[in-house]
Amino acid sequence: MSAAGQPFRDNLTMLRRNLLHARRYPSLTLNLLLTPVILLLLFVYVFGDVMSAGINGGHADRAEYVAYLVPGILLLTVSMTSLGTAVSVATDMTEGIMARFRTMAISRASVLIGHVLGSVIQTLMALVLVLGLGLAIGFRPDATPLEWLAAAGLMTLVSLALTWLAVGIGLVSPNPEGASNTGTPLVMLPFLSSAFVPVDAMPGWFRWFAEYQPFSPVIETLRGLLLGSGIGTRNAVLAVAWCVGLTVLGYLWSKARFNREPRR
Amino acid sequence: MTTTNADPLAIAATGLRKSYGDKTVLDGIDLHVPAGTVFSLLGPNGAGKTTAVGILSTLISADGGQARIAGYDVTAEAQAVRAAIGVTGQFSAVDGLITGEENMLLMADLHHLSRQEGRRVTAALLERFDLTEAAKKPASTYSGGMKRRLDIAMTLVGSPRIIFLDEPTTGLDPRSRHTMWQIIRELVSGGTTVFLTTQYLEEADQLADRIAVLDGGRIVADGSAEQLKRLVPGGHVRLRFSDPEAYEQAATALREATRDDEALTLQIPSDGSQRELRAILDWLDAAGIEADELSVHTPDLDDVFFALTATPVPAQSADKETAR
Repeated sequence: MSAAGQPFRDNLTMLRRNLLHARRYPSLTLNLLLTPVILLLLFVYVFGDVMSAGINGGHADRAEYVAYLVPGILLLTVSMTSLGTAVSVATDMTEGIMARFRTMAISRASVLIGHVLGSVIQTLMALVLVLGLGLAIGFRPDATPLEWLAAAGLMTLVSLALTWLAVGIGLVSPNPEGASNTGTPLVMLPFLSSAFVPVDAMPGWFRWFAEYQPFSPVIETLRGLLLGSGIGTRNAVLAVAWCVGLTVLGYLWSKARFNREPRR
Repeated sequence: MTTTNADPLAIAATGLRKSYGDKTVLDGIDLHVPAGTVFSLLGPNGAGKTTAVGILSTLISADGGQARIAGYDVTAEAQAVRAAIGVTGQFSAVDGLITGEENMLLMADLHHLSRQEGRRVTAALLERFDLTEAAKKPASTYSGGMKRRLDIAMTLVGSPRIIFLDEPTTGLDPRSRHTMWQIIRELVSGGTTVFLTTQYLEEADQLADRIAVLDGGRIVADGSAEQLKRLVPGGHVRLRFSDPEAYEQAATALREATRDDEALTLQIPSDGSQRELRAILDWLDAAGIEADELSVHTPDLDDVFFALTATPVPAQSADKETAR
């Protein structure tokens, strides 16, 4: 059977299908992109002075807050686009063509891998757009090429992790609306991290959660890479561990759910 | 296993069972379909037809029993089965977001055809199914008939030896239905085995070499269309009257007719042949009976079911017997 030997080709075919969907119907991704963009502008121009004063002990400096905020907004962009993945996977599962895929001699995982690869590519494109906006409003990273490379790698890793989780969420949701609801924690977690304010500013009982949840270590590592403030081994290790752990978990979960017999 | 891959049976299933919760959908069915023939699984909604197709096409697993498709076991050798079959489900299995042509090319890629071969097959099938004009439009904009045609065209991309069609004509207008029948006939003449489910006796009659009637998860009859029809005594001529007096007269004269006093109709058993009809007409003339409407009723799926499943015919005939 030649079919079983070509999962790679099936993955590429499914990736092409998902990119085609995204190109034909870009509104979902663009809508999701709106949230980080609006929040970036809102926090910089409306809250910027107050936030920076709070962080700096009374000294207001909007430019400094831009530097603090952009890495967090980049992570929010990843979580928003992964919510889009959950919705599009749930939508796809309601399509009749899924039954066809399941009765064809193709690599089954390719259906999901196509979604993941397509979403990661879209997320990286969204990140470039948001980063571009950040640069336009005064974000001045001083990363070396190597640090840029590491930052890009970290963002790819985190979007891979969140996307696999999102695929699982999309698979367990009975419909796209359900996926959007179930996926809410993905979007809420960045707000409960060091994205907008340092965790030191949070109440003690909450601080441990904010500090160790996946987003904070990733954001801190990204800050360190982009702003040259040093990444801190603990954060970097935590960040990579979270990403790898969530990727494996999301992959296994998604695969198990997808192999489950479809409901009638 | 004594069967080999050279098994002349395209589909061989024994004792298939499937339950959802405490609802038994398939209660031990056996199916044997020789290669190159059309087999029709006939049954009403909820009879278990789609479940049977689901099991045979590796979409769902059976709770019990065995099935071999093209000689391969559906559970142990699912991927080999999938390589041999094509499935067109009851619900349109096309990707509505992309065009008809892109759907076809997607199938070509998944069958690992070369780019050139994929384009050739796509163009040929779109042409054959009269979709060339709509090829560049999103499949979601297609009419029901066009979606069905695209669906089948996609199924044919890999030239499967065995094709499952689950109610391929449900919801189609008469013209599309006849087009679909033509397509199925062409497939079979090319040597493909077709497993077809339908609710329509006429469809099974038109297409199938062999028909199995599924009811309540069991095969209640199995045979050619002719054999099944012989089991059914439902053929009759129906006379409808608008004048109660004429109806009474006719009812008295036609002793063997079954009465329906409320509808003012009489039913005379008949096979619907020209000879019998002429005899009835002559006889009505002789008796001076003039009905407002005369219709010929041939056995339909209802009749087959009532005849085969020992379910008493509800209300109608029972009333007729006691109405006297």
